[in-house]
Amino acid sequence: MNEVNADLALKMSIKDLKFYYGETLALKNINLPFYANKVTAMIGPSGCGKSTLLRVLNRMYDLYPKQRAEGEVLLDGTNILARDQDLNLLRARVGMVFQKPTPFPMTIYDNIAFGIKLYEKLPKKELDDRIEAALKGAALWNEVSSKLHTSGLSLSGGQQQRLCIARTIAVKPEVILCDEPCSALDPISTAKVEELIDELKSHFTIIIVTHNMQQAARVSEYTAFMYLGELIEFDHTSKIFTLPEKPQTQNYITGRFG
Amino acid sequence: MSDHTVRAYDKELEILGRKIAEMGGIAEKMLSDAMDALASFDLDLAERTVAVDPRLDLLQRDIEEQAILTIARRQPMAVDLREIVAAIRVSGDLERVGDLAKNIAKRTLKISAEPRIPRAIIGLKAMHEHAATLLKDVLDAYAQRDAERARRVWTSDMQLDSLEDSVFRDLLTFMMEDPRNISFCAHLLFCSKNIERIGDHSTNIAETVVYLVTGEPLPVDRPKGTGALSAPQPV
Repeated sequence: MNEVNADLALKMSIKDLKFYYGETLALKNINLPFYANKVTAMIGPSGCGKSTLLRVLNRMYDLYPKQRAEGEVLLDGTNILARDQDLNLLRARVGMVFQKPTPFPMTIYDNIAFGIKLYEKLPKKELDDRIEAALKGAALWNEVSSKLHTSGLSLSGGQQQRLCIARTIAVKPEVILCDEPCSALDPISTAKVEELIDELKSHFTIIIVTHNMQQAARVSEYTAFMYLGELIEFDHTSKIFTLPEKPQTQNYITGRFG
Repeated sequence: MSDHTVRAYDKELEILGRKIAEMGGIAEKMLSDAMDALASFDLDLAERTVAVDPRLDLLQRDIEEQAILTIARRQPMAVDLREIVAAIRVSGDLERVGDLAKNIAKRTLKISAEPRIPRAIIGLKAMHEHAATLLKDVLDAYAQRDAERARRVWTSDMQLDSLEDSVFRDLLTFMMEDPRNISFCAHLLFCSKNIERIGDHSTNIAETVVYLVTGEPLPVDRPKGTGALSAPQPV
């Protein structure tokens, strides 16, 4: 029902997903495609389940004993919810950028090297190259190339967020999950991150959760609107923001909710 | 549709709608006054019609400014966005309707010294009746967000085009009958063109109403009158 574009390659796909926090059903039978090299935005009011959904996609919830998911999440056709899924490998393939910049209290260089070393043993030269490429990819290289060995915490909020993006892309993921990546940033930093998202999508599949409707409209090609744990509508972003089919979607995006 | 969480937003949209309604009222009145002035050679009424036009221009500018402010302030989406775009478009069309009515009034002043041929005006009156109905219907369709009614206006402009053709032929006949009629009839030709243009603006508004209500545009090709004269002409 939600396959709005059957011609595009599917990178991830959610099938009949249910998610429980203990006894509470937080996601009710979600079916949703994520197309390769496209940006998909998840919107909806607080508590609608969009962040929960994001946390399922790289099995972050596994860290908490009482949380469980039913159904399937396919990554290139393989169900990542399967018991035998290697979680380290999964999180290398499906990276995540959080709401608040979360640099480690170490140098800029080490912030990025840290993640790479978890997955690969690289000679120094190659590691340097990889770090430079990641910082360039995150549009941060020009600002930090001369001070790679100063603390990551010395950077501005916007730079810190781009450092976190650099850290994410350094391990060469296939999918990047962004949970409100700009909500703690000023408009200029936000614009830089949005510009970055636009560049990154040629290499990655991006899924972004945002409260900022204009941001969803600007950066994404597809938008999913969620409400009370249900997927209400999924369509091309241009359609969702101009002519949504469901009244709930229209009420939400026009600010008529509740 | 329920209200916005921010009530000032509803207020802004409501004011826009009210100003459009006011413009519509003025434009309708200008058109009927201009035609009455022409039909009864009432120069005083013609002058008053010309004098009303700046009010319409001012309202249009008002609406545009307010619409731009609302876009900047609220970043409207979906139906709200269409609402605001529609207000900008409709106000533009109504402002032009006012201009065209004003032109008719101005011609009435000009031809006051010419020999009059009252029967030459009969065809114009028929055109005016039809154009006034289109305008009224489309303004009602806008006020009631009635896409069906707007669609009917959109298709019935065709009849106005045909009426214009027959007025054109009548006026040609009068001019050929007696060259002294030429000046008077030439002015009436322009008046008939003006009325026909008013019909076009009504169909523009009809298109806007359909877009506003459904989010879908009407087809590019509108049914046109059959006569060769009704091919699109420069304003």
